[in-house]
Amino acid sequence: MIRDAFGLIYAGEQNFNLRELVYVRTVGALPVGGRYRVIDFVLSNMVNSGLSNVGVIAQRSYHSLMDHLGSGKQWDLSRRNEGLYILPPFSNYDSPGDFTGTLDALKGAMSYIRHCKQPYVILTGSYTIYNMTYDAMLKAHKDSGADITMLYSEEDPELDKGARYNDVRIEIDDQGRVVDLEVDSPLSESRLTGMDCFILRKDLLEYLVEDALSRGRHMFVADLLMSNLGNLKVMGFRHKGYVGRMHNVASYYRVNMDFLNLDVQKALFYGRNPIYTKIKDEVPAKYSSSSSVRNSLVANGCIIEGEVENSVLFRGVYVGRGARIRNSIIMQNAEVYNNSDLEYAILDKNVNIRQGRRLVGDREFPVIIRKGAIV
Amino acid sequence: MMKKKRSVAMLLAGGQGSRLGVLTKQRAKPAVTYGGKYRIIDFPLSNCSHSGIDTVGVLTQYEPLELNAYIGTGAPWDLDTMSGGAFVLPPYVTGDTGQWYTGTANAIYQNISFVDRYDPDYLVVLSGDHIYKMDYSLMIHEHEEKGADATIAVLKVPMEEASRFGIMVTDDDLNITEFQEKPQKPQSDLASMGIYVFTWKTIREYLVRDAKDPKSSHDFGKNIIPEMLARGEKLVAYPFMGYWKDVGTIKSLWEANMELLADEPELDLNDPSWRIYSRNPNEPCCFVDRYAKISNSMICEGCYIYGTVENSVISAGVRIEPGAVVKDSIIMQNCCISRDSQVTMTIMDEETTVGEGCRIGGPDEITVIGSEVKIHDGFRIKAGEQLAAGTEWEVEVAGGEEK
Repeated sequence: MIRDAFGLIYAGEQNFNLRELVYVRTVGALPVGGRYRVIDFVLSNMVNSGLSNVGVIAQRSYHSLMDHLGSGKQWDLSRRNEGLYILPPFSNYDSPGDFTGTLDALKGAMSYIRHCKQPYVILTGSYTIYNMTYDAMLKAHKDSGADITMLYSEEDPELDKGARYNDVRIEIDDQGRVVDLEVDSPLSESRLTGMDCFILRKDLLEYLVEDALSRGRHMFVADLLMSNLGNLKVMGFRHKGYVGRMHNVASYYRVNMDFLNLDVQKALFYGRNPIYTKIKDEVPAKYSSSSSVRNSLVANGCIIEGEVENSVLFRGVYVGRGARIRNSIIMQNAEVYNNSDLEYAILDKNVNIRQGRRLVGDREFPVIIRKGAIV
Repeated sequence: MMKKKRSVAMLLAGGQGSRLGVLTKQRAKPAVTYGGKYRIIDFPLSNCSHSGIDTVGVLTQYEPLELNAYIGTGAPWDLDTMSGGAFVLPPYVTGDTGQWYTGTANAIYQNISFVDRYDPDYLVVLSGDHIYKMDYSLMIHEHEEKGADATIAVLKVPMEEASRFGIMVTDDDLNITEFQEKPQKPQSDLASMGIYVFTWKTIREYLVRDAKDPKSSHDFGKNIIPEMLARGEKLVAYPFMGYWKDVGTIKSLWEANMELLADEPELDLNDPSWRIYSRNPNEPCCFVDRYAKISNSMICEGCYIYGTVENSVISAGVRIEPGAVVKDSIIMQNCCISRDSQVTMTIMDEETTVGEGCRIGGPDEITVIGSEVKIHDGFRIKAGEQLAAGTEWEVEVAGGEEK
C-alpha cells in the first residue's frame, strides 16, 4: 500500500480520432466494456494502490466526467481528509485558463499540487486501460534513484499505425534507462510503448513545470521529458498485463471486443483489484423467451427480446423482438426496436433505432450513431 | 433533541421467518434475496426514501449480523443524511433491566426514547417481510386529513383466503369498526398489510399502558389495535391498489420471483420514478458464451453463462458451466453449477457449488439448498429436499446414494 504518493490524472485529452464519440465528452469519460468509463481503470488502480488523494484535471467538455465521478464515493474517495479533487481550468493573472498543452494544465493545478502532503506524484493520462497497482513501480523508482520513472508495455509497432493518439515509443538501455523517445512517429519500429504514467517527486514536478513553461514549452512528454532525457535519469517500468489504448475508433471498437476475451476479463476484473465505477440501481437484465444472446456482455437493466451476437450491451439497453445486433457496441439506454439489423455499429447513449432499420459498418470503420440520435 | 420531524418510520425486521426453512437459518427474513439483486428489506427502505421519510429505525433481533452489515449507514437508500438516517436498533439493557423484543408493540415501546428524539407528529410502522411499492407520504396525508389516530393499509383479498389474514371490518367511510385476527368467518375482505400510521402522541400512551399489562402479548394486531378500537379512537383503513406479496414461505418466495419473469410483471422494477435501491456488488457485465441458451430469465452482472438457463432468476457472480441446465430456479449470489448438471425448480442460497453431472430437484416440488453447500460430482437430490447450509454431499463409492 502506497502512503507517500498522490495521484494526478490528466483528463483533458482531446483525441479527434474518436470522432463523434468525443464530441460531448473527454476520452476518460468514454463508456467502455458495458458499464465502465475509461478513467475508471486508472482511478481504480490508484485506489487499489492505497492512494487516498487523487486530483483529476478536467479541461474540455468535462460535464460528463464530473457527472460520472461525483464526490468520488464509488471509488472510496469521498473522505474526511483528502479524497477526490476535480480540478477544472483555472484562470488567474498568470494563467489564462485555456491550456495549450499538458504543462499548462499542470500549472493550473499547481495550487493543488503544492498543498499535497505526499512527496511523490503518480501522474497519468485517462485514456489507457489496464489493471495494476503502482507499489512495485514506486519501489523500483526509489531503488533505482531515478528522477522520473515511466510505465510502458510492449505493443506491436504495426497496430493502429498512422492513426495513434499520444503515441510514445521509447528505447531503453540494459539498465532500464530510457535513452530515446519518439512521440507520434509513424516511422518508429520500437515495440516499447509508453502508458502515459509517470512517477516523480512532486517538488521535481513543480520545478520542471515552471522551468519548461519559462522556456516556452507546453507538452509534458514531447517537450519536458524529451529535452531533459540527457540531464534527468528517466527509467522505464514495464507492465506485462493487458493494455487497451483509445487511439481511434477502430481501437475503441477492438478494446471493447477484447472484453469478450476471457483472458482479458481475468486480467482486468478477476484479480485482487476490482475496477470501480459509478453505481446505477438497475434491475437485473431480462432475457425474454424470444431472445437469443451469444458471446456477448450484458449489463444490468437490459431487456432483450431479439438476437444479440458478439456484442457489448451497456446498462438499460432495449433490444426489440426480431432485432438483430451483431459485432456492435450499444451504449446506455439505447433502444433498438423490432426487426432492426445492426452490424459493426456503435450506438452512443440514448440512441433510438426505429423499427426495421439497417445499419452496417466495418470492423475497421464501424458506424457511429451520436448520442441521443433517432434513426 | 434533534430537529422535529413530521414522521419517523420503524421497520420491524426481527422476525425469523421460520417457514423459509434453511434460507433463514442464519439470516433474518428481511435479508433474504429476491429478484436476483434485492433483499426483501430493500422494498420498505426504498419506499421510505421515495416517500420523504429520512429517519428509519430498523428493529432487529434474530440473526442480525447479515442484516446489520447490509444496512450499514443506509447510504444505498439515500438515508445517510445529516438529520436522519437508517438506525439499526437491537434490544438493549438499561439500568439493571433489559429484555428481548417480546412483540411488535414491545419492540417500539423499548425504543420510545429513539422516537422521542425526533418528536415526530406521526409514527409509521412497517414490516420488513413484504414486497411492494408504496408512497407512504400519501397515506400520512390521508391520516392527517381524516384526523385519524391510526391508519392501517389494507388490501382486498379473495374472500375464501380472508381467514389467513388480519381482517379489518369498516363502515362506508372506511372507518374501522372491528378487527378480526385470522377469523373463521371473515366479515370483510380487507386484509391488513402490516403498515400503520399512528399519531405519535396517541400511540405513545397506548404503548406505555400496554407495556404495563402482564396479560398482553404486546402485539399491534392482537393488543394495541383492539384496545384502540375499544377506547373509541378513530381508526381508518387505507386501501392499497397494486402488487403486494408476503414472501413468508418457500412457495411464495419462489412464486414472487417467477412473477417477475412475466412479459409485463405486475411489479414493475424498471420504473425510473420509483427505483428500488439496494447495495450493489461491484461486478463486471454478465458474460454470455457462444453456446449459452437463455430464455425467459433475469440475470445479474458478474455471471458467466455457458449452459442453458430457462425461467430462472440468477443473482450476481453465478457461473453456469457448459452443458448445465437450470430451469424454473432461483440461484443466489456466487453459486457455481458445474458441467452437465441439471437444476430444476430449486432455490439455491449463496456460495453453493454443484459438481459435475449432478441432478438437483424436479418439476413437482420446490427443492431448497442452503448457503455454502458443497455438492460433489454425480450427486442426486430428490425434489422437495431441503439441504442445510454449510453441508457437504458426496456420492458413496458403492454406487450413487440418493438423498
